[in-house]
Amino acid sequence: MTAETHPTVSALGDEFGSAVLRHLVSAGDEHVVYVEAERVGEVLAWLKEAPSQRYDLLRDVTAVDFGGGRPLEVVYVLWSVPHRRSLRVKCELPITQLAVPSVTPLWQCANWLEREVYDMFGVEFTGHPDLRRILMPENYAEGHPLRKDFPLRGRFSRAEQTRRALSQDPHDHYIPMEMEIGEPQMPRPIRTSLPSPPTTREASE
Amino acid sequence: MPSETVEFQVGRNPELAGVGRGVSHGPLAPIDVMEPELGSDHMLINIGPQHPATHGVLRLVCELDGETVLKVIPHIGYLHSSFEKLGEYRSWNQVVPLTDRMDYLAPLIYNCAYVMSVEKLGGIEVTERCKVVRLILMEMDRIFGHLLWLGTTAIDVGAFTPFLYTFQERETIYDLHEALTGARITTSATRVGGMMADLPEGWTDRLRTFITDELPRTLDEVHGLLTTNAIHLGRAQNVGVIGPEEALNYGLTGPNLRASGVAYDVRKDQPYYDYETYDFEVPIGENGDCYDRYLVRMEEMRQSASIILQALDRLPGGPINVQDPSISLPSKTDCMNDMESMIHHFKLVTEGIHVAPGDCYLPVEGSKGELGMYVVSDGGTKPVRWRIRPPSFVNISALPRLAEGHMVADLIMINASLDIVLGEIDR
Repeated sequence: MTAETHPTVSALGDEFGSAVLRHLVSAGDEHVVYVEAERVGEVLAWLKEAPSQRYDLLRDVTAVDFGGGRPLEVVYVLWSVPHRRSLRVKCELPITQLAVPSVTPLWQCANWLEREVYDMFGVEFTGHPDLRRILMPENYAEGHPLRKDFPLRGRFSRAEQTRRALSQDPHDHYIPMEMEIGEPQMPRPIRTSLPSPPTTREASE
Repeated sequence: MPSETVEFQVGRNPELAGVGRGVSHGPLAPIDVMEPELGSDHMLINIGPQHPATHGVLRLVCELDGETVLKVIPHIGYLHSSFEKLGEYRSWNQVVPLTDRMDYLAPLIYNCAYVMSVEKLGGIEVTERCKVVRLILMEMDRIFGHLLWLGTTAIDVGAFTPFLYTFQERETIYDLHEALTGARITTSATRVGGMMADLPEGWTDRLRTFITDELPRTLDEVHGLLTTNAIHLGRAQNVGVIGPEEALNYGLTGPNLRASGVAYDVRKDQPYYDYETYDFEVPIGENGDCYDRYLVRMEEMRQSASIILQALDRLPGGPINVQDPSISLPSKTDCMNDMESMIHHFKLVTEGIHVAPGDCYLPVEGSKGELGMYVVSDGGTKPVRWRIRPPSFVNISALPRLAEGHMVADLIMINASLDIVLGEIDR
């Protein structure tokens, strides 16, 4: 495998034809293939199962937001243990339609990796068994932090963020599946304001 | 009439009164006691986020049927510090201090991995000395991280002594970090194109003494305490078993994957910094349980020690930083004496380096598994996207699969055997 040729790339072209949009070599020797978003699920399944490919380790699923309304790239980084080859597969999603099929049925590690992409970018992975936020709290309502239009300090004021973090509502700390197991015992409520001043007492008799 | 001595069994169980002595009064408690209704629903228990055995701020919500874990749902994000977002607002070299705060147990590995990925993207070739020094630092931090893992895992299952021994050894490495960079943990030792500073006088001798004398002695002591210890064997064998195909599918990497029998090590499969020229072995386990993970890491420490000795023997002289004024800061003497150096210095400090457009995913064998650094550049002075593929994030996602069906005490053992660090999970 040289800097210009990669056995998988030629095989992908034969297998999927027009679904493979382009191929380039980045950082000297890393092969990147751009695939149509509608067919990325099939392409990844073939890359995992086909005996000549066998990309059995999904190293990473991530996304890149370039900002300015440009399409968002979802990046899949693959490694084949038997063939000792790596490959990067990307698909571009229009910013108004961030949805792509989940690859959790193929690689279990995609479960959390896709949850993080959803949390940080808002990409919806259709067919994901448990798509919810992972790094940000369950009740986070400021949006998707790694988008370029998301400001560094978030959208809510510090006071509002603190109020939300100190919430005593069990639904903010437990997902529905956990609430079904039993009644969570929340800790003693935290005082969030100063106690009221003591009232003057009448002299006792 | 002769009187009979009646002995009152005060404070003792009357039913166990001495044979033939005294009068048996029968049970003192009334027989028909109302037994309380014992509930038998499943319990919802939180382990963490603040807990000494979760190795950081990790929250495990468990559904328990008595002691058996039916379901465990890890909740992370308590240490989330938006490093990836912060990276987009900093120039390429300013990102380096963010990297030590993620895996704070092996910071030099992160420092090196990040600048290696930027150098690969930019086509920057570092000097031979820099390559060997970085390799030494990465292997030293692998030992550093594994020593901590050893101590904390032992203490999690109740063996207190190895914790003290391993932490005492780590003090030497802290001293080496401090001598090189000024900081014990937050080293920030690397820069794009080289290092913050070269190795000081006597540093390699101190490291050599540590590797040849002190480390093997401690490893042998802890080996004697744990490897054939019946309690440790009972806690670790056949606990958290996972087979090779499943382990790979769950994305486990590093010692966790190798303990299950998969021979995948980035240093052997996608070598960097001339790893293929070093003579070392990668231990592979068989059973995929906690005990195999323990054995794999113990042996890895010895192999890392051997790599360090080989590297120290071949450490070349020469400059530590690449001699390109558009990448490395020129020396102060040069700056003050010629105009071009002054201009380069000014541009590097105010703007920073420019990295060619493109993207690069560089995998490195971290102490916890495969650490991937993915950087995207548009030709500017700041990253467009900086993604860290944290090994512990993917490893901990397999915790439900490993721990469900075991007991709570095994959950703690399995969590410890995965060797996680919350800094890199949450970033």
